Amino acid sequence: MKLRVTVMPKNGVLDPQGKAIQQALGGLGFSGVDDVRAGKVIILDVAETDPAKAKATAEDMARKLLANTVIESFSVEVA
Amino acid sequence: MKAAIIVFPGTNRERDMAIALERVTGRKPAMLWHRDTALPQGLDLVVLPGGFSYGDYLRCGAMAAQSPLMAEVKGFAARGGHVLGVCNGFQMLCEAGLLPGALLKNASLRFLAMDCTMKVERADTAYTRGYQQGQEFRATMAHGDGNYFCDDETLARLEGERLVSLRYTGENRNGSINSIAGILSPNLRVMGMMPHPENCVDPLVGGEDGLPMFQGLADSFLTAA
Repeated sequence: MKLRVTVMPKNGVLDPQGKAIQQALGGLGFSGVDDVRAGKVIILDVAETDPAKAKATAEDMARKLLANTVIESFSVEVA
Repeated sequence: MKAAIIVFPGTNRERDMAIALERVTGRKPAMLWHRDTALPQGLDLVVLPGGFSYGDYLRCGAMAAQSPLMAEVKGFAARGGHVLGVCNGFQMLCEAGLLPGALLKNASLRFLAMDCTMKVERADTAYTRGYQQGQEFRATMAHGDGNYFCDDETLARLEGERLVSLRYTGENRNGSINSIAGILSPNLRVMGMMPHPENCVDPLVGGEDGLPMFQGLADSFLTAA
């Protein structure tokens, strides 16, 4: 089973990468981009077949390693 | 003083750190590999040096914080041991939960390789007793992710309990909140800082402004031979 863990900078945490992307988009002529936030997606391929159990384990992984909850929020979905 | 330096894959500042420690103590610190499972007996100080452990994968210091020997370092700190993290070592301390907050990408998005100046906010710790309160000193910054961040509540606690040990003076180049360059644990025994004092221990290579930090540590552990 595959799980998708999305890790994003928390609201209020400065995201210099997002800002740089926003500026670059402006430079390419894409107007009207009010904000850009850049995060990461981690795909896990796990042996577990129970979606609820797999999701709970992935959330534990996110809390312990995949995300730093001081600065990042995460969400897990079955991919 | 009995010191140990922990080396991770991608660490590159361990030898400079060893030279700085040997200069003040006259003895070589132990070099430990991250896969070791125990710290030497009778240690006074553990140092997490700078570098790019695990290629900065996932987040700077995130992988190192999970390595086997870090569990021992956490135990050492919990028993009141002194732990110094410099640059990548500071990032590891935050990732390991030994210090609060996190180090974000520099606000400029640029890797900063230049000297900076810092003010000593308190001189009553093992790390800073070699300086005067309020003294300014110079060290080298060499980091892409040195932008210290924590939530408002943590910041109020750090400032209120005087746990900010070092603060940048002049331009705040990496964007750190309140210009924080270094912080302490509540028992003042764990310190993380971004700039490299070990770069500045010899007049031949850019001055000796970092030497008082190592001398202060050595003086703190004179009795613990």
